This record gives sequence, structure tokens and C-alpha cells, in this order.
Amino acid sequence: MCGTCGCGEGQVAIDGKHHHAPTREIALERDIMAKNNGYALANRHRFGDAGILALNLVSSPGAGKTALLVQTLRMLGDEPSAVIEGDQQTTNDADRIRATGTPAVQINTGKGCHLDAHMIGHAVDDLAPQPGSLLFIENVGNLVCPAGFDLGEAHKVVVLSVTEGEDKPLKYPDMFAAADLVLINKADLLPHLDTDLDLIITNARRINPALDIITVSAKTGAGMPGWLNWIKTARAKLHAAAAAE
Amino acid sequence: MHEMSLCENIREIIQDQAATSGFTRVNRVWLAVGPLSCVEPEALRFGFDVVMRGSVAEGAAVEITTPPAKARCLTCQRVETIAQRYDPCPHCGAGPMEMIQGDELRISKLEVV
Repeated sequence: MCGTCGCGEGQVAIDGKHHHAPTREIALERDIMAKNNGYALANRHRFGDAGILALNLVSSPGAGKTALLVQTLRMLGDEPSAVIEGDQQTTNDADRIRATGTPAVQINTGKGCHLDAHMIGHAVDDLAPQPGSLLFIENVGNLVCPAGFDLGEAHKVVVLSVTEGEDKPLKYPDMFAAADLVLINKADLLPHLDTDLDLIITNARRINPALDIITVSAKTGAGMPGWLNWIKTARAKLHAAAAAE
Repeated sequence: MHEMSLCENIREIIQDQAATSGFTRVNRVWLAVGPLSCVEPEALRFGFDVVMRGSVAEGAAVEITTPPAKARCLTCQRVETIAQRYDPCPHCGAGPMEMIQGDELRISKLEVV
């Protein structure tokens, strides 16, 4: 069939010839995410070579990612760290991080709903984190889209606040499936809520049985040592894997 | 709405292919979208029309195929179709299963002129 007008054989021809080019099919079987995944792989090699532990923090807007990061950086003290902040607009979050003395780069995605691996590559060029440091990537507040974009991080960490409802993991399973750790934040609010903490944990593990889960309060500091220990263990594993290569 | 940026990736792949395969227009694009790929097919269709404007695939029809999500049971070793991530094995009830197909996002083929 003609791809231009849809006419078939035996139909009108001019001077005995059909004047439209025939169509052909091209088999591609090309992964639409291949480009992002290529950049992510390059980032992962770069982090691995430099012994940098990159953590991709994801959550709904308002779960307390930035407050948690600020508290984490305070508790880490002199530990070399750097932060990439992702938001649609404003440099507010990077400003809050820089106030702790930690270098930070703000990526504004404009209309974009997620960070991608190409943006991270450029941000790392700007930040130039020192070898062996911790790199926290605070993704755009969104529990949907960032699940599908590998940034080259070692782990995705979901921050979920206790005010968000017990069924959040069931409503947004892709993100919990992609993550290795859930930080249940704002635990200081639990006495004022009807939230069933055990049910949040059960639901998260229904989606991803391998999840580590730590309950914290960035505000009071409760549970934060458990999170810092988790980082320490993750970093030791990364360095051991690099040494084994 | 990350479907828009996925459409930009699709546009880029098609434009690159137009240069190497020497076609000037795309009539039809077949996409394989796994049911567990975090992509909403209707949003992808909508974004496609908008993003392809001004490219060789402007006005192209989109055919979306949905290959079933499949997983292997780590207990009974059967490969079964699953509806959601980490569904227990429909045969023996053990869980979780290891997903082997269902989150793909591919351009399968193009019909071009």
C-alpha cells in the first residue's frame, strides 16, 4: 500500500506509474531509555572510580528531604559531602544546604518532573566532589517519574513522612520497587496522628521485601544514627566492590 | 509527566535513524510498552503528537503493544504472567518472583517512506 495516500494496487496511475513512494518497515527494537541509561552507566563508573557514594533521595513534595539532608550533613560534620538539588524552580534548597557549609548545585528542571543522568553528569562537573566523598542527590519531589530514571546512583532512598498515609507504598509501587532504603520521616509527629507505623512498613515490604526501613525524625534527631550507619555500611560495600575489581 | 521527555527520546532516535536509513517521513511507529514500565500509554500518545511536530514523524500513527509482564518463581521455577511487581507465584503461591519481562520501553519498528 502507498504510504502517502493509502492507494493500493490497481488504482489510479499517471502515465502507467504510481507517483507515490512505496513504504517500507524498519525493525528497530531500540530501548527508549538507552540514552539516559548510557549516561547513568558513565556516572556510575565515575563514582565507582572515585569511591564516591551517590544516593538518590526521592519523595513526594514536603516529605522533608531537605530538612533531613541538612540534619544529616550537620551530623556528618567534617565528612566530605556534596549535594545536588533538583526542583522545578528556585534555588531555595541549595541555599539551605550551602548554609551548612556543604557545596551544593541546584538543578532547575523547569517543566521537567525528574532529574536525568545527563543533568547529573553536568552537575558533578560543576561540583567536582572530592574522591571518597558522599554525594546526595535530592530529586524533584515526585513519587512517580524519578522511579524510571537511573542517575548512576548506588541506591535510591525513599523519604516517606508519617503524615502521608499507610498505603503510599501500594499507591506508588514503582518507586518502592526501585529503592533500597525507606526513611520514614517526621516520627516526632506520631503521637499526634492515627498513623499505623507497622502498616507502612508491612505495605512497603509487600512491594519490595528486600527494603531496608529506618524510622527517623530529622527535627529531633531520633533514629538518625541508624541512617548514618546505613550510609557507612553502603560506603564500605562500595569500596569493597571497587577493591575487588 | 515524564512521558514528554520519553517522546523527546523517541524523536531523537527516529531522527538519527532517518539520517542513517535515508527516509524522509514516518507513517507509523510501533512502541512496546511493558505494563510495569511506569508509563501511561495514553499520556505517551498525547505527548507523541505534540513532540513529533516539525520532525520526520509529524502526524505519524502510534501503535502501542503491551507485552505481558512475566516473572520466574524462585521456588517452583515456573515462568508465569504477573499483574503487579512482587505478586506471589500464581502456581505455588510462593513469593517474591523474579521479574524477567514487563518494564520494557522500546521502539519496535517504523513504517517509513
